[in-house]
Amino acid sequence: MTPETNGKTTGNAIEVRGLKRSFGRQLVLDGVDLDVPAGQIVTIVGPSGCGKTVLLKHLNLLLRPDAGSITIDGTEVTRLRGAAQNSVREKFGMLFQAGALFDSMTVFENVAFPLVEKTTLSRDEIRQRVLETLAAVGLRGMDAKYPSEMSGGMQKRAALARALVHSPKILMLDEPTTGLDPTRTGAIHELIRATQGKFGLSVVMVSHDVPAVFSVSDRVAFMHQGKMRLYGTVEEVMGSSDDEFKRFLAGRASGDDLENNQANS
Amino acid sequence: MIERLGASILDGIFALGNFILFLVNSVVYVLVPPYKLRLAIRQIRIIGADSLFLIVLIGAFTGMVLGLQGFTTLRRFGSEGALGTVVALTIVRELGPVLAALMIAARAGSAMAAELGSMQSTEQVDALTVMAINPVQYLVSPRMIAGIISFPLLTTIFDVIGIWGGWLVGCGLMGAPSGDYFNGIAAQMDSHDITLGLYKALTFGVIVMWVSCYKGYHAKRMATGVSRATTEAVVLSSVLILAADYILGALLL
Repeated sequence: MTPETNGKTTGNAIEVRGLKRSFGRQLVLDGVDLDVPAGQIVTIVGPSGCGKTVLLKHLNLLLRPDAGSITIDGTEVTRLRGAAQNSVREKFGMLFQAGALFDSMTVFENVAFPLVEKTTLSRDEIRQRVLETLAAVGLRGMDAKYPSEMSGGMQKRAALARALVHSPKILMLDEPTTGLDPTRTGAIHELIRATQGKFGLSVVMVSHDVPAVFSVSDRVAFMHQGKMRLYGTVEEVMGSSDDEFKRFLAGRASGDDLENNQANS
Repeated sequence: MIERLGASILDGIFALGNFILFLVNSVVYVLVPPYKLRLAIRQIRIIGADSLFLIVLIGAFTGMVLGLQGFTTLRRFGSEGALGTVVALTIVRELGPVLAALMIAARAGSAMAAELGSMQSTEQVDALTVMAINPVQYLVSPRMIAGIISFPLLTTIFDVIGIWGGWLVGCGLMGAPSGDYFNGIAAQMDSHDITLGLYKALTFGVIVMWVSCYKGYHAKRMATGVSRATTEAVVLSSVLILAADYILGALLL
């Protein structure tokens, strides 16, 4: 058994201890530890195939670990089912890599969706909340458009609005800037920082955008081959002399990484 | 070698178990609140109302072919008067449910598998889960309801149109006696024939929704995954429809 920890006393929104998960013979998470302090932005970086997206899928309860514990807001979540699992899920908002907007619905309907399905708010209240949130992400007047009629950056913002509309405590972002040009990347980063400050959210973000993403992060975790190799404040991690991290920053993969990726694909 | 054989048998059993559990879940979530009536009505429009023209067309041609072939065959025995009975029983007991189901599988089942498959590959299904909404309840159960309601109705329309199509060719064109056509149907067809046809339609409705949703829902997350799911949905639906048709026919003879 893993030790039960209380997130409220330690001030962590999320605590991960000894998380292990393998797919077939491949060990993807090999004893991962991670703390996400409440009200901070933690960014997980690492080469493709290092397990960071799989880690995120454990945090939002899409996958179950083979071993280890995840404590979200003081609740151990890895063994929850059904309604208990859903009540934890309602605490967070999730931005998927490709946005995952429902393409059969307009932007307004997409953003309203969590409120319509999960709250008893009146139509007027929902309308007001949705329009406010859309304005906050810079999509005023775009509510009648369908996702297919918008650019990639706008889709990401609409998806961010959908993740924020029910005022979650925790925001999870899976590569929020992939596929965007540097200007839009900067804009999305600013937006993440601004909304985090405005709502006091705890944010976990998976990103490839090094080093741009460090400017919005409070803490950085560097994952490598299923392990958390480095974790600390941006300054600590940037000042680290770890070889793998330096190679990653310089954009050079080691021979091991390439083999690992081939095994993954 | 033996190890590999065992592993593939185990995989097969797991897959079959998942397949059956998927049906159980989708039916259970029809009965559990929150009810998605609006979604079910939308699916009835897509599966049912939008398939109406196709069903009328296929029903008419099926009846006309039966009228033509039935008349030329029956005339050899001098029993053109039995044409109505032959056409009606063939359509109501067999061809109506089977052909209607095959056409809806090809039209709506394929579209459903493709839609769910692309929702899966663009993480829209995961998005539902993360929003604490059960994707089976939200996506599959409304389609199951729509299938259960639409298939018997479409089959009934197919039957009626088919019988009139047989009359049009057999009596109108070939000159079989029109009075005998309808008197034969009234005398020979009983309620058992009709309920057999409707049981079949109901079963086929569940099969098509089940297979199409399962294949789409479990599509591999790549472009070929969606196309494969669509193909498999139609092929497996068709095979299961014909197999179930034989089994039901034998059981409810």
